[in-house]
Amino acid sequence: MIAAVVFLPLLGFLIAGLFGRLIGARASELVTTGLLFVAAALSWKIFLDVGFGHEEAHASVLGNWFTSGTLNVDWSLRVDTLTAVMLVVVNTVSSLVHLYSMGYMHEDPDRPRFFAYLSLFTFAMLMLVTADNLVQMFFGWEGVGLASYLLIGFWYQKPSANAAAIKAFVVNRVGDFGFALGIFLIYQLTNSVSFDAVFAAVPGLQGKTAHVFGLNVDALTLAALLLFMGAMGKSAQFLLHTWLPDAMEGPTPVSALIHAATMVTAGVFMVARLSPIFEAAPDALTFVTIIGATTAFFAATIGLVQNDIKRVIAYSTCSQLGYMFVAEGVGAYSLGIFHLFTHAFFKALLFLGAGSVIHAMHHEQDMRRMGGLRKNIPFTFAMMLIGTLALTGVGIPYTPIGFAGYFSKDAIIEAAFAAGRHHPAALYGFISTVVAAGLTSFYSWRLVFMTFFGSPAAKEHHDHDHAHGHDDHHGHDHDHTPHESPLVMLVPLALLALGAVVAGFIFEPDFAGHAFDEFWKGSLFVGEENHILHEMHDIPAWASLSPTILMIGGFLVSLYIYVLRPGVAPKLAAAFPGLYQFLLNKWYFDELYDKIFVKPAFALGRLLWKGGDGRIIDGIGPDGVAARVVDGARLAVRAQTGYLYHYAFAMLIGVAAVVSWLGAWSIR
Amino acid sequence: MTDIGLAHYLVVSAIVFTLGVAGIVLNRKNIIIILMSVELILLSVNLNLVAFSTALGDLTGQVFALFVLTVAAAEAAIGLAILVAYFRNRGTIAVEDINSLKG
Amino acid sequence: MDALFFYMFSAVLIASAFGVIAARNPVSSVLWLILAFCNGAGLFLLQGAEFLAMMLVVVYVGAVAVLFLFVVMMLDVDFAELRQGFQKYLPAGAAVGVVVLLELGFVALHWQSAPGAREAVASPVLADVTNTAALGRVLYTKYVIFFQAAGLVLLTAMIGAISLTLHHRPNVKRQNISEQNARTAKSVVELKKVRSRVGVEG
Repeated sequence: MIAAVVFLPLLGFLIAGLFGRLIGARASELVTTGLLFVAAALSWKIFLDVGFGHEEAHASVLGNWFTSGTLNVDWSLRVDTLTAVMLVVVNTVSSLVHLYSMGYMHEDPDRPRFFAYLSLFTFAMLMLVTADNLVQMFFGWEGVGLASYLLIGFWYQKPSANAAAIKAFVVNRVGDFGFALGIFLIYQLTNSVSFDAVFAAVPGLQGKTAHVFGLNVDALTLAALLLFMGAMGKSAQFLLHTWLPDAMEGPTPVSALIHAATMVTAGVFMVARLSPIFEAAPDALTFVTIIGATTAFFAATIGLVQNDIKRVIAYSTCSQLGYMFVAEGVGAYSLGIFHLFTHAFFKALLFLGAGSVIHAMHHEQDMRRMGGLRKNIPFTFAMMLIGTLALTGVGIPYTPIGFAGYFSKDAIIEAAFAAGRHHPAALYGFISTVVAAGLTSFYSWRLVFMTFFGSPAAKEHHDHDHAHGHDDHHGHDHDHTPHESPLVMLVPLALLALGAVVAGFIFEPDFAGHAFDEFWKGSLFVGEENHILHEMHDIPAWASLSPTILMIGGFLVSLYIYVLRPGVAPKLAAAFPGLYQFLLNKWYFDELYDKIFVKPAFALGRLLWKGGDGRIIDGIGPDGVAARVVDGARLAVRAQTGYLYHYAFAMLIGVAAVVSWLGAWSIR
Repeated sequence: MTDIGLAHYLVVSAIVFTLGVAGIVLNRKNIIIILMSVELILLSVNLNLVAFSTALGDLTGQVFALFVLTVAAAEAAIGLAILVAYFRNRGTIAVEDINSLKG
Repeated sequence: MDALFFYMFSAVLIASAFGVIAARNPVSSVLWLILAFCNGAGLFLLQGAEFLAMMLVVVYVGAVAVLFLFVVMMLDVDFAELRQGFQKYLPAGAAVGVVVLLELGFVALHWQSAPGAREAVASPVLADVTNTAALGRVLYTKYVIFFQAAGLVLLTAMIGAISLTLHHRPNVKRQNISEQNARTAKSVVELKKVRSRVGVEG
């Protein structure tokens, strides 16, 4: 059954990809979406069986991929609780996104390609989460990177989309480089890449050092750090985050699927899956916490001032991923996965809702040109409201009443505080996540207020169709009033909203509470000194209430600025121009990277191309040889005078030379 | 000096040979000079052969010289025939004008 | 005595050779060539190869040099513009010539005959017959095939020379012997009965 779950999307990709033009767009959509729904249903069944039933964790081996010396890599699909959770997340969101895309991409002529890529992505992600060894996981890792590139650059006629796709791929590549080195190191240490073998070997490797660049470092820490570098790239953490906002060049369903719920969470999943390694490398975990905390804070600050609706949600995603890494860094892997689970629902909901808004506004994405839409698109408004409530973590403390984000986010903050008693890094994590919670609330409500409240700025919108390179159908040329999206787009919203509301409260005991062991059944490794899940309940009241307090504070500030006193926002921006510009320009990271890496790389490339390749290699090689041959020929031609006596003279010289040589040789 | 031995004949032959070769190479006038220089070369070769034949007491040298003579005559005939044909076509036998092989 | 003749013949030979290549007029060149041949024949005589000497005179002078003369006369050579380029190549040519000469001289003066050369004589000179008869004895027996081959060479040369230079003038009447022989009385002669006072035309 697991094989069906993994390979049905591949089948969808092949059908839509190879025969899309033959069977037509409608059929491609229906086939891929249908197959995904079947896969999603099967995933829920597996989830219920493995997580709550009596199904044991197992791996189903499909065959040998390659064997080289002692390296033996099989194609095998692992089924345990962690996998099952991810299967549910991936397949549910993917199937809903497929359904949604049927409406959103309705006017696009390249629909078969789009759906094929979506299914390809789903297949790669499934291979990643069901991988039973590091190499197969890397295969899935690269596959989702590829699908992300294809989908971000889906409207490839747009140069900005192409650039964004390349940026995503290249930045991911930097992370993947670290990941690959980590795999190599693991193989060198344990002589295997299969998870079971590696995890079994970890306890024996504690304290072993590796000799690198003249330094002796702890081998497991080094491996964990390298592997985490891959996670940093894939999950857009601080320093390797630059690709995520640009990835919004892709269609909105892509953003919802890949850059909210699934691909970016692959890093989180990877750390959880490799929890045995990380648990044995506490320094690496500290690094994870610091990076996660920094990302959470830093992304939230940028999201405060962005004007593009998708960018705000993108930075929100970046920030929430930081939360997940903070959770894993303090040892609470299941909390990270729990937040991944709930986040998938409400973030996908927010993205798809934003897509609905964009669709209603005829592909206008700038929030400054929106306003007062709650009257025009009430259903979307309601859905976005639910998503925002879930994201900001609205809930009643000390009760099991709350939206999904309340449970997962607050749990992380509590765990960070609890760990902060022993580790300063975790304390830093606590502070930044709490502050980020306030900021999250502020910008989420800002988004809602700017879009749905206030006065409509949507009266005239003439030429912004061009900004999105996507040819509109012209039935709406005369009808400028925003209107609700079709049913095929609203149903996924509703289903995701359902998840955003109940997922936290239903699954809290299993992820974070007392049903932990029965649920996880050891698929998440917890070290001996790791009691974080118990400790997090022993924290002072102010600490556990702090996220809620800050959330309410953010809401009130946002309400004041955007609803009660409109016009304050530009004045605030004018009062702190430096800070405003700094945040608006994403802390100038793009400019910094451009100066440090991109320009030198281009310069080096140009040097090697024109100078090295062009002048030296071509000069010495083909071109040079050709030119010298021509020169030589020109010289030789001068001997062909056509005069016989010249030829005779040459013969004479030759004879004289031969005889002289023979004479000299015989004298010697 | 007065005792004429093999070496004397060889020196004479060498000198005539060199003059013949010089005639081919330094010639600027016309093709007939080339052909005549070839005859000179063949003469020197004959001289050489006969000198050795006398020195070794071997008639083979003279027989060979006879054949060289025959072939020289044949070659002179053909060479001149070609020259005549060439002249009929080109109208000139100046050496400088014969440069169709120029590459 | 021998030496005197030798030096005389050699000197004139060398001078004539020089004259061949240096003469301005091609006819002069041919005449110098004839002189060179004659002196060469003299040298052959000195060495006892009288048949060859006579051959040189008969064949070379009598046939080849005359042929040269004919051709030189026939081709209307304008020898006025001839001298120019001689000087340009003289240094290089002279240098190479000197080198060749020196090498030849070196070989000539330092050679050693192989130890068994005297004994390995293929056709020893016989003391009791004339040179011609001795040559004949060797030529028609041991070297008869080469002799025949030389004949073939001459035949080929003759055919070649004729085919290269023969050209029929278009408006010259010639006889076609085979046509003449193939003519029968019937095709050219017609017997007509001629009536008197009427004539042939009747």
